Amino acid sequence: MLKIWSMQQQAENAEGAAGKKKKKVTAAQLRVQRDLQELTLGSTMKMSFPDKDDILNFTLTIEPDEGMYKGGSFHFTFAVNQNFPHDPPKVKCTQKIYHPNIDLEGNVCLNILREDWKPVLNLNAVIVGMQFLFLEPNASDPLNKEAAEDLRQNREVFKRNIRSSMGGGSVRGVQFDKVLR
Amino acid sequence: MGVADRWKHLHKALSKSGPFSDPDWIPGEETIKSLEESKILVIGAGGLGCEILKNLALSGFKDIHVIDMDTIDISNLNRQFLFRQSDIGKPKAEVAAAFVEKRVKGVKITPFVGKIQDKDEDYYMQFKIIVCGLDSIEARRWINSTLVGMVDMDNPESLKPLIDGGTEGFKGQARVILPSLTSCIECQLDMHAPRPAVPLCTIATIPRQPQHCIEWAHQIAWQDKRKDDAFDSDDMEHIGWVYNAALERAKEFNISGVTFQMAQGVVKNIIPAIASTNAVIAAATTSEALKIATSCNPFLENYMMYAGEEGVYTYTFEAEKKPDCPVCGSLARKITVNADATLGEFIETLGERPEAQLKKPSLRTEEKTLYQRFPPQLEEQTRDNLKLKLRDLIVTGQEVAVSDPAYTIDFRFQLIFG
Repeated sequence: MLKIWSMQQQAENAEGAAGKKKKKVTAAQLRVQRDLQELTLGSTMKMSFPDKDDILNFTLTIEPDEGMYKGGSFHFTFAVNQNFPHDPPKVKCTQKIYHPNIDLEGNVCLNILREDWKPVLNLNAVIVGMQFLFLEPNASDPLNKEAAEDLRQNREVFKRNIRSSMGGGSVRGVQFDKVLR
Repeated sequence: MGVADRWKHLHKALSKSGPFSDPDWIPGEETIKSLEESKILVIGAGGLGCEILKNLALSGFKDIHVIDMDTIDISNLNRQFLFRQSDIGKPKAEVAAAFVEKRVKGVKITPFVGKIQDKDEDYYMQFKIIVCGLDSIEARRWINSTLVGMVDMDNPESLKPLIDGGTEGFKGQARVILPSLTSCIECQLDMHAPRPAVPLCTIATIPRQPQHCIEWAHQIAWQDKRKDDAFDSDDMEHIGWVYNAALERAKEFNISGVTFQMAQGVVKNIIPAIASTNAVIAAATTSEALKIATSCNPFLENYMMYAGEEGVYTYTFEAEKKPDCPVCGSLARKITVNADATLGEFIETLGERPEAQLKKPSLRTEEKTLYQRFPPQLEEQTRDNLKLKLRDLIVTGQEVAVSDPAYTIDFRFQLIFG
């Protein structure tokens, strides 16, 4: 490297102000731009961007067409930080819903959003995982203990609770948001 | 030690060829002079930074700059040896610079108190070498992409060797990066083990360890009870609240061992810093700086890992450049465009240009989504841009990043209005 330096004695600042580069697109933005382009959304998912110029913050709507949550419309906010893909996206449900893996504050228990996140995973993997939570809620990773208990004890009661919660009714004294389409 | 004696060994090393030195290298006066004139930047004046500053000054560098945004905390004093009790609360960069200047006569250290992001390319262009002693991956990625972006093939001076040191407990690494020529920090991103996380459901329902209770208080109870307060890990009242909430939860589950210090550690994600690890890694980075600045010996190619948990182990290997690295995979190419052409017309030309041949590109600048083909909602929101003239969307010289599903790499273009 020194050879390169010694070749060149004076620094060339001729470019001056005219050649000055503007802010560069960040690695996180570039990765999200690519991830978005490679999404497979199908008919059950929609995205929206409150600010079209900010692709790091958006919402995902999942409308399951089968399973126990069929007929519902579930909204999630995605917040991707500049440390993506080293850090996973932060995902939250904006509604109060009855689901064993989503708590009343909207926190989501999905392994790849936390302990199993790796930079090689992409937004599509997260979205597929989210969709799967509505097809196969699981009682073994509970975030809403009561809902998980219901699922484990009596699947029929659990299904009935889902229906009434999705209609805006209450389950065990907790009032849920109406999420029916 | 007399002033003349201090440099005796260094000057000896720089005045004689060794078995490994480059045959073209000319030892002696000129080399020593070029070392003393090399302007070098140290990023970070913490655990690693203190060591690095001291080492560089004692290695004969005379023009050293240092950036750090932090102030001195009492917990730094055990290993950040340039700081004293009376310095608590003062900026690290300033205190460190003053201390080393006082102890090593003839060295000039210029501090800057602030973030690396406050400075632009003109600032970084003045240095010959940049040494990092950082604890944040985000800051590393920023300086890496800035240095890669500065490389101008027509100006060899624009290539700034980056020497990165990092430590975590008993482990550490030192690496040498020649931006755009060798594997960069972004190429190596997946080598950083993500911080180990406990599943949220364990925290929420079946805590087994005191740390789980603290995580619960921090992530769930806080949200539940104090949603409107933004959590600040430097606010003692906030840490205290988390500690008390964690303590109660621990009692409920019969878990012992929650302490205030542990609460602070978990919440701030602190891994205890080991002074000797910092010393080993700082020594490695500074000897690389000396070798690069003087050419007295071949420098590290390009990654040295150190593990001190059981014995002392180091391993050196050459990390490879990733062809599809989003930072160094493709340098911004300058292309001349017609400012009155529409974005749609420009995209068409991207399909025709031999260097691009992009079929379905999505494009953005740092602040604007110019056109995004998928998902459909965003396509609709950006479709109108296709009809706008380039001059209404960007300014001349602006960088545009382009992704195309047909290629695994992304492209960066610097658009110059012709």
